[in-house]
Amino acid sequence: MSETRIDRRFAALKKEGRAGLVAYVMAGDPDLETSFEIFRGLPGAGVDVIELGMCFTDPMADGPTIQVAGQRALRAGMTLRKTLDLVRRFRKEDNDTPIVLMGYYNPIYAYGNEVFLADAREAGLDGLIIVDLPPEEDSELCLPTVKAGLNWIRLATPTTDAKRLPAVLANTSGFLYYVSITGITGSASADAGVVAKAVERLRAKSDLPVAVGFGIRTPEQAADIARVADAAVVGSAFCQTVADSLDEKGRAKPDCVANVLALARALGDGVRGARA
Amino acid sequence: MEAVNTYRSGPDEQGHFGMFGGRYVAETLMPLILELEEAWHAARRDPAFQAELDHWARHYIGRPSPLYYAERLTQHLGGAKVYLKRDELNHTGAHKINNTVGQILLALRMGKKRIIAETGAGQHGVATATVCAKVGLPCVVYMGETDIARQAPNVFRMKLLGAEVRPVTSGSRTLKDAMNEALRDWVTNVDSTFYIIGTAAGPHPYPELVREFQSIIGRETREQMMEAEGALPDALVACIGGGSNAIGLFHPFLDDPSVAIYGVEAAGHGIESGQHAASIAGGRPGVLHGNRTYLLQDDDGQITEAHSISAGLDYPGIGPEHAWLADSGRVKYVSATDKEALEAFQLCTRMEGIIPALEPAHALAYVTKLAPTMDKDKTIVMNMCGRGDKDVFTVAEALGVSL
Repeated sequence: MSETRIDRRFAALKKEGRAGLVAYVMAGDPDLETSFEIFRGLPGAGVDVIELGMCFTDPMADGPTIQVAGQRALRAGMTLRKTLDLVRRFRKEDNDTPIVLMGYYNPIYAYGNEVFLADAREAGLDGLIIVDLPPEEDSELCLPTVKAGLNWIRLATPTTDAKRLPAVLANTSGFLYYVSITGITGSASADAGVVAKAVERLRAKSDLPVAVGFGIRTPEQAADIARVADAAVVGSAFCQTVADSLDEKGRAKPDCVANVLALARALGDGVRGARA
Repeated sequence: MEAVNTYRSGPDEQGHFGMFGGRYVAETLMPLILELEEAWHAARRDPAFQAELDHWARHYIGRPSPLYYAERLTQHLGGAKVYLKRDELNHTGAHKINNTVGQILLALRMGKKRIIAETGAGQHGVATATVCAKVGLPCVVYMGETDIARQAPNVFRMKLLGAEVRPVTSGSRTLKDAMNEALRDWVTNVDSTFYIIGTAAGPHPYPELVREFQSIIGRETREQMMEAEGALPDALVACIGGGSNAIGLFHPFLDDPSVAIYGVEAAGHGIESGQHAASIAGGRPGVLHGNRTYLLQDDDGQITEAHSISAGLDYPGIGPEHAWLADSGRVKYVSATDKEALEAFQLCTRMEGIIPALEPAHALAYVTKLAPTMDKDKTIVMNMCGRGDKDVFTVAEALGVSL
């Protein structure tokens, strides 16, 4: 598989001697245009890799904050097709920042796997994180994704034991996403010391960069993770900031985009200062 | 569709029934699912486990349930002889207990200390709370707010049994959302918790193990029909939500080509209205709750809300084995509307002195169409999978009676 934007970004981070900031935002939340303004503003606010959430009616691994963000996007008429349109628009002005789609399988399956992969590649997408496709179902979408030249990014969790780790690492590329807790998104964060040990365990078996997520909300927590991992992933905190920036009718207030980007800047500073 | 020698060999090792089934779960759950599969395979080969299951079936559930000849109903319909498999006489009033007994014994074998479940109509929640009370394990039942409102008696029963009923306020606030919430709990409490799924759906091995625990219905029916009629039935009819009572009745007969098999989905206000719970008639294949099956969904793959007067059938999917049996043509899937089910509910109550649950009332609605088309020397077995005590408020409201 040839080098992707994700590979290049993590190589650059390594050269800089710092960890990266991965931001998860829900595509289409709270509406298409506000969501695009957030999306395009993230790289300038210090985000190194963007995870774009695909809304789904039944997000079984997500906590309330991301559930509600997905419902806002659905109510605003978001679809997978429109999500790919956002990626296309983004690529017109930024050809370097890696974009990973994250979500559940059914919307892709309904789109048609082959057609989706062709459209995703053409739109300028770099990788996929599909929560409900474990290695046991690799023939479904993982192998076609790798064949299409996109990164398949897998989640490793505290329940991924030594026996299972090789299966999780197989066919994974770009980076490995370590879920620091057993639980749903937006839960309490894990202790950095415990995370450090888990990351060491993964690094012993893989050369892939390790990003750590679930439960990271503040610049301090992001800095703690940045000291032990290759990237810190923040999701629910961004979705919560959107939620806090809506008027009583659920519309974006004028400072919605600025609030989200301010959080990105603070988190980015935390990550950048971590190893100083 | 390729020809098969047997319809009873599924699922394969990966948990697939043809293209359906599978294990579409988050990585956190995958090791647990594999552990469960291992424990299940060991248990089903263990004579001690089988003996314990048999003991509970006989002394706690009250099995075998009778096979009852519904004489007046038969005369009224004027065709095939109608038999009812009386699983509504089980302890807790439905077939659900067959499965919860099996799963609690499995949970005990695995050393689990806490039980969670989802429920729609509340029957599975009650059956789970019941076995938890019997073995002394804490039990949390997730139930959609909408269902809590329409199934108040079952909510109180669960609480009396010592279970904690957690209202689910996300999504459509019904069974599918309760299942999402149970999965979120499971992902959070992986070490201690056993998830007792209530229907023959979810990630492998659930569809298989639930089917095996429910197949006692079909196995008894075979014996009882041989005793009563000296022959296998000509037709089987059962209602389908997730489809556990139906697969339990059907599975032992799948390789008997003389037995016609009908699964009855809930057509709600009518398939054409879009307000129904008929995943096969009105859905298409998709992936939800750990398996690929027929799902109610829009063009974007978003799951749409099901509707049925029966809370137990109000689910936008169906067990994967049913999806496969539908595509293979072995089982014919039909549907009955809210109105037809209500009529059948009243007919059965008046003619046989049996108040059926609204779920099997759907099956009965189809029996009232099927029986008159068959000769009088033919037989139909319908699964009376639950009793209607829990539904009297819903029925009163639908009939415009205030209690």
